[in-house]
Amino acid sequence: MPEKVIMPQLGESVVEGTLVKWLVKEGDKIEEFDSIMEVESAKVNTEIPSPAAGILLKILVEEGTTVNAGTILGWIGDPDEKIPVDAIREVSETTQPIQLAKQKPVSSPEIGRNRDLGFISPVVAKLASEYEVDLNQIKGSGNNGRITKKDVLHYVENKGDSDNESDAPAWETPGEGDLFRPTELQFPDRFKSTQTSSVPKQEPISQPKSDVKESMGDQLVPLSSMRKAIAAHMVKSKHTSPHVTTIMEADMKKVVDHLEQNKEPFSRQGLRLTYTSYFVAATANALREFPMVNSTWTDNGILFKKAINIGLATALQDEGLIVPVIKQADGYSLSGLARSVNDLVNRARNHQLKPDDVLEGTFSITNHGTAGSLFATPVINQPQAGILGIGAIKKRVVVINDAIAIRPMVYLSFTFDHRILDGSTADYFLAKIVTILENWQ
Amino acid sequence: MPEMTMVEAIRDAMDEEMARDENVFIVGEDVGQRGGVFRATVGLFDKYGSDRVIDSPLAELSIVGVGIGAALYGMKPICEIQFADFIFPAFNQIVSEAAKMTYRSNATWTVPMVIRAPYGGGIGGGLYHSQSVEAFFTQAPGLKVVIPSNPYDAKGLLKAAVRDPNPVIFLEPKKGYRLIKGEVPEEEYIVPIGPAKVSRAGEDLTIFAYGMMLFYSLQAAEQLEQEGVSAEVVDLRTLYPVDKETILASVKKTGKALIVYEDNLTGGYGGEIAAIIAEHAFHDLDAPVRRLAGPDVPAVPFSHPMQEWFMVNPEKIFKSALELARY
Repeated sequence: MPEKVIMPQLGESVVEGTLVKWLVKEGDKIEEFDSIMEVESAKVNTEIPSPAAGILLKILVEEGTTVNAGTILGWIGDPDEKIPVDAIREVSETTQPIQLAKQKPVSSPEIGRNRDLGFISPVVAKLASEYEVDLNQIKGSGNNGRITKKDVLHYVENKGDSDNESDAPAWETPGEGDLFRPTELQFPDRFKSTQTSSVPKQEPISQPKSDVKESMGDQLVPLSSMRKAIAAHMVKSKHTSPHVTTIMEADMKKVVDHLEQNKEPFSRQGLRLTYTSYFVAATANALREFPMVNSTWTDNGILFKKAINIGLATALQDEGLIVPVIKQADGYSLSGLARSVNDLVNRARNHQLKPDDVLEGTFSITNHGTAGSLFATPVINQPQAGILGIGAIKKRVVVINDAIAIRPMVYLSFTFDHRILDGSTADYFLAKIVTILENWQ
Repeated sequence: MPEMTMVEAIRDAMDEEMARDENVFIVGEDVGQRGGVFRATVGLFDKYGSDRVIDSPLAELSIVGVGIGAALYGMKPICEIQFADFIFPAFNQIVSEAAKMTYRSNATWTVPMVIRAPYGGGIGGGLYHSQSVEAFFTQAPGLKVVIPSNPYDAKGLLKAAVRDPNPVIFLEPKKGYRLIKGEVPEEEYIVPIGPAKVSRAGEDLTIFAYGMMLFYSLQAAEQLEQEGVSAEVVDLRTLYPVDKETILASVKKTGKALIVYEDNLTGGYGGEIAAIIAEHAFHDLDAPVRRLAGPDVPAVPFSHPMQEWFMVNPEKIFKSALELARY
C-alpha cells in the first residue's frame, strides 16, 4: 500500500500551507526522512521529510499551490503499486502535526567558523567590522594561514597605498539579491551597451564612523551585504532628496465591503485578495492623473516616466527588505493586480525573484500598517520622486454629515522629493488616492 | 644606587619601619639570635632587642595568634613563617580571624599585621619546603596578598604592607632571595599595594607572572626577542586586590595572554587572571588564553630531575610563548 504525502499542520492554529517547491521528481527514489518538499506557512519555510522510503509515484499538487493541512500532495511506494483512486482527494482529519524537519537557515553570520577563512578570532572579527574590512582580501600569517590581529592591522594601515582591493560601497559592488541599489549598478550587464554613459558615477556616501563603545554582554553582528546595501541606499536617498511627508486619512468602508464580497470568488481562482491590490490600483490611477509624481530628477530636467511601475516594499524579517515591481500597474484589473501581488510577494519571501522583478520601478508603496503602524515617514526609493506609506486600517469614530459613525479608517503618508514636487501637487495627488479609495465600486 | 639582593632589601624594609615606628615588631621561628634561617632578620635582634624581635616556639598557630592579638591592641606585628609550607597550622587564625576582623566588627577593630613567608620550589627543598600557597589566601577577602619579584619592589611593598591597616600576606620567592639582585635607592620610598607593573613593554603577546616566575619570564622575553617576538611582561605584584585595568589594557594591546605561575595548574591563582581576561577582554583576544604552571601532582618532588620536571623555567616559558606568538 503506497504511503500518502500530506500537507502537514505547521503550528497550532495554522490550517493551510503553500507547497513552495518539490525537491524530488516523480519517479525519484527516496529514503525515509529525506527532504522531499519545501512548504511555507505563516511566513515559515520548512523542508518536509519523506514519511517513507520508496519511489515518488505521483505528484498531485503543483508548486505554488496553497492547500489545507491534511491534503494529499502525492504518493510514495513501490513502482508497481497502484494509487487508490478514491483516496486522491481525501482530506485526513486525523493528521498529526509533523515535526519541523529543518528550520530555514537563519542568515546570521557565524563567527569563527568560516570554512574559507579559517578560524576568525574575536579580535579579528571585531577589527574587521570596525574598519569595514573584507577578510577575504587579507592574507593570513598565523597557524594554517589563520588571519591574525596583526594581519588585519597591517592591512588597514597599508590600505591607502595598495590597489589590490576594491573599496566601493556595497551597493556599487555587483552581487545577487541586493536591493535598493540603482538597478543600472545592480545588473550592469543589461545596461552596458546602451545606457552606461547616462549613469553618473555614484559618489561613495561617507557614513560617519561610529565611536560606539561596547559594554559587557553586547553582541556585535557583522553587516550582511543586504544590510550594507540598505544602509548605503538610505543614506544616499536622504542626502539626495529633500524629503517632505504629507498625511491624509481615507475612509475605507467601500474598499472593505468590496473586499469582503470578493474574497471568496477570488480565492476560488486561487487568489488571495488583500488591501494591497486596492492601494496599488488607486495609486496607479492617481499617478496617471499626476504624471509629475511618476518622474525622476535629472540635471537636465525632470524625466517623466511613461510606464507606471509600482514597487512594493516587502519585509524579509530580520534579513532586510526587497522591492519587487509591478510593471504597467495601471493596465491591470483588480484580479490581475491581486495575482501579481501574490506572485511577487511570495517569490520575494522565498528568495526567488528574478533580476527583472526588481527593475524599473517608478514609484513605491510601503505597507507599514501590517505591523500596526498608524502612519510613518518613509524614505524615497531613489531615483523615484515619491513613496506612499500605508498605515493600519482601524475602526475609528468619524463625523459624516454631522452624524457620528464608525468607519474603517487608514492614514496615508506620502513622502515626496521637494525638488520635483511642491506641497500642493503632492496634496492633490494624495487626495486623488483618497477619493478613489473612498468611492470604490 | 646600591645594588642589593632581595633578602637584603627585605631586611632594610623591616629595619626602616622598626626605626620609624616603635609599634612594629617581629615574631617568628629563629628570627632573633639566629637572624632567621634565610638571614632576613640578621642584625635586628642586636639593634632592637629581644622585646621587638621575638623568637617564638615552633607553633605557627601561636605566631599568627600572637600577631592578631597584638595588632588589635595597636601594635604592628611582622610575623615570619619560616617556610610557607608551615603556614597551614595558622590557616584558621588567618582566614577566620585576621581576614574577617574588620568586617565583623564594622571596622571597630583592625588587624594591621604582615605575615611574611618564603614560598616556592627549585631549591632542592622537596615536599615540605617548596610549596606555593598564594591561591589559598587570594580567595579570602579581607586579606591582601603581595608577591614581589625584585629587591626594589620587595622593599617598597613590604614597607607599604607594614603601614597597611589590613592583614597582608607577604610571600617572598625564596629561590630569588640571593639570586635576584637589583638597585635600591637609599632614600625613603614606598611601592603602593594594588597596581601591577609592566616590567617590559611588548607588542605580540603578554606574559603575566609574579615572584620567581616574573624573573624567569623576563629572561624568556629576552630569548623571544632574538626570535623576533616582542613580549610584554606584566608583574602582578599584588595578587589581591588585583589590578584588572593593567591586565586588560595589556591584553587589548597584544591580543594574546600567557599566564605563568609556579603553583599547580588546577586551582592555581593564574586561573583567576585567565577568567578576568576571558570575561572582560574576549573581543580583544586573538588566541586562546594560555596557562603555564606546575603539573597537578601533590608536591614538588625532592629528586633533582623530578624537581626540574615540576618547575616552570625560562625555557618552558619561552617555548610556550613562542607557540602562542605563532598562533
